[in-house]
Amino acid sequence: MSRITYREALRQGLREALARDPRVFLMGEDVGRYGGTFAVSKGLLDEFGEQRIRDTPLSELGFVAAGVGAALGGMRPIVEVMTVNFSLLALDPLMNTAAALRHMSGGQFSVPLVVRMTTGAGRQLAAQHSHSLEGWFAHIPGLKILAPATLEDARGMLWPALQDPDLVLLFEQGALYNQEGELDESEVVDIRSARVRREGRDLTLIAYGGTLGKALAAAEQLAGEGVSAEVIDLRVLRPLDDATLMASVRKTRRALVVDEGWRSGSLAAEIIARIVEQAFYDLDAPPARVCSAEVPMPYAKHLEDAALPQVPAIVAAAKGLLGLA
Amino acid sequence: MTNTPVSYPPEFARQLLRDMLRIRRLEERAAELYGEAKIRGFLHLYIGEEAVAVGVLHALNADDAVVATYREHGHALLCGVPMGAIMAEMYGKQEGCSRGRGGSMHLFDAGTRFFGGNAIVAGGIPLAVGLALAERMQGGRRVTACFFGEGALAEGAAAEALNLAALWQLPVLFCCENNYYAMGTALARSQAQTDLCAKVQAFKVPARSVDGMDVVAVHEATRAAVEAVRASGGPQFLEFRTYRFRAHSMFDPELYRDKAEVEAWKTRGPIHTYSARLKAQELLDEAGFLALEAEAVAEVEAAVAFAEAGTLEPVETLMNDVYTPEPQP
Repeated sequence: MSRITYREALRQGLREALARDPRVFLMGEDVGRYGGTFAVSKGLLDEFGEQRIRDTPLSELGFVAAGVGAALGGMRPIVEVMTVNFSLLALDPLMNTAAALRHMSGGQFSVPLVVRMTTGAGRQLAAQHSHSLEGWFAHIPGLKILAPATLEDARGMLWPALQDPDLVLLFEQGALYNQEGELDESEVVDIRSARVRREGRDLTLIAYGGTLGKALAAAEQLAGEGVSAEVIDLRVLRPLDDATLMASVRKTRRALVVDEGWRSGSLAAEIIARIVEQAFYDLDAPPARVCSAEVPMPYAKHLEDAALPQVPAIVAAAKGLLGLA
Repeated sequence: MTNTPVSYPPEFARQLLRDMLRIRRLEERAAELYGEAKIRGFLHLYIGEEAVAVGVLHALNADDAVVATYREHGHALLCGVPMGAIMAEMYGKQEGCSRGRGGSMHLFDAGTRFFGGNAIVAGGIPLAVGLALAERMQGGRRVTACFFGEGALAEGAAAEALNLAALWQLPVLFCCENNYYAMGTALARSQAQTDLCAKVQAFKVPARSVDGMDVVAVHEATRAAVEAVRASGGPQFLEFRTYRFRAHSMFDPELYRDKAEVEAWKTRGPIHTYSARLKAQELLDEAGFLALEAEAVAEVEAAVAFAEAGTLEPVETLMNDVYTPEPQP
């Protein structure tokens, strides 16, 4: 065990991947000289040189598409997009090309590319740097979507993502970069399963990325009130690990999804639909969700806090499911 | 212009004509089959522009990468994709080069490094830059040739890709097929700078304009440009001035251009002007021309027969290849 931040864990993952496979390289805006917008890649330029730590122009469409091309050409690129909002400038290569290519070429071309980007609010960065669009990307067949919420996943998801033959989007929660803790070096990280992060009997809280910590805090508070909440960390947003979800929901008979995305047409909506489709007769209450308010993220701290899922709202919704409100 | 003497060995001189004829007859037949509803979806014909694909692709090595657009039947064919596999693809048959999943706009062939078949205008340009980046990083000498129309130069993707290729000095040959119309919008109605070479030179990519109706001029210019890419490692841009004789697609009533303009360009048609030159230089006689014609028609009919005899992918495998299958232990 070693004490480390989420940012340092991500950097360790990058360093290990770069050291392990000469085909791996990192490119993106300010990943080199600047040291990474959020300092994730700090020091890597000195260690690996300009060929493998490539500062790009402000051309999200161009360099994400170039990442797709480089992957097709035999490399294992890691492309960093500063925030998920900026990735909207690069939707064409991600969706029209990379996600579709294998199927539309009749199985001839896979795109072994990893795109990392920051997601989520909580840092008063307002409406063009704070959204949680990973659930939106999770709509797209051909993509794999990862959301590391723990130090182990922050460090450990990158390598299996690079081993994966298809495009993987890795969403780093911006509010977690400074989170510090003990890294369990022995944990084996996969990129296929959801994990039970806390066991419980009375209801299942389903969370990921930035909402995992809040769900765990809510579970702790609920425990003080005699409610035993199980907490699931989705980890992989596409493809969803239905088996782990349903096993938990069948056991607790109640499900509450906590999702930083907007409610309408959200990942939370998809998860609830699956629970209803697959576990309806095991439920003791209608599944519920706590999502972000459906507004562009405001700047002022009190408004941003009000727009996001927070522990009291999670606790209240959980108690509502149990008829304890 | 079209009077440059043909100084190739006779066999190669005839090969250029043979390949233009192969594309022309393939596409004329495809248009008929579209009328018979054998081919559906969008079908974009290259008729009139054949000198570009033929001249360029004969100047590349077999292992160079090619990225093309949705008007790419000829490029696929010249890269070495069998005509039967192209026709079967348009028929939606699993013997097609994309197993019937792509259709006319999405021909692919990994074996010949033919990277499509890209139907988002300019989408292939930064993709080609990435392929060239991979080549550079792996120490290879192969060139990536990227085809796109003049309309693509209005897209941000083109600007970003040109900058990146020049900034990182990547081995890309940008091949702009300027047929003067982005679908129905004339160049001057969509781009303030209509001098495409000037536009590209602003990105510090060396650029040259070429008569795209003259297969010899195309071939010579491309040979020089490819040599420059291999020597310098950096990009080159060629503008091929050409013309689409047919409609944009099978749904286009052609309201946006004069019939007289089309007829004027047809007098410069790449096939009849080139065959006339070959005959004038006694590199080809009428019997030789007819033999090439017959050969092309026979290949097309064999391709149609192949497509007709092809089979449909079972619906059970619809979901295959959304993701790469995991290796079996």
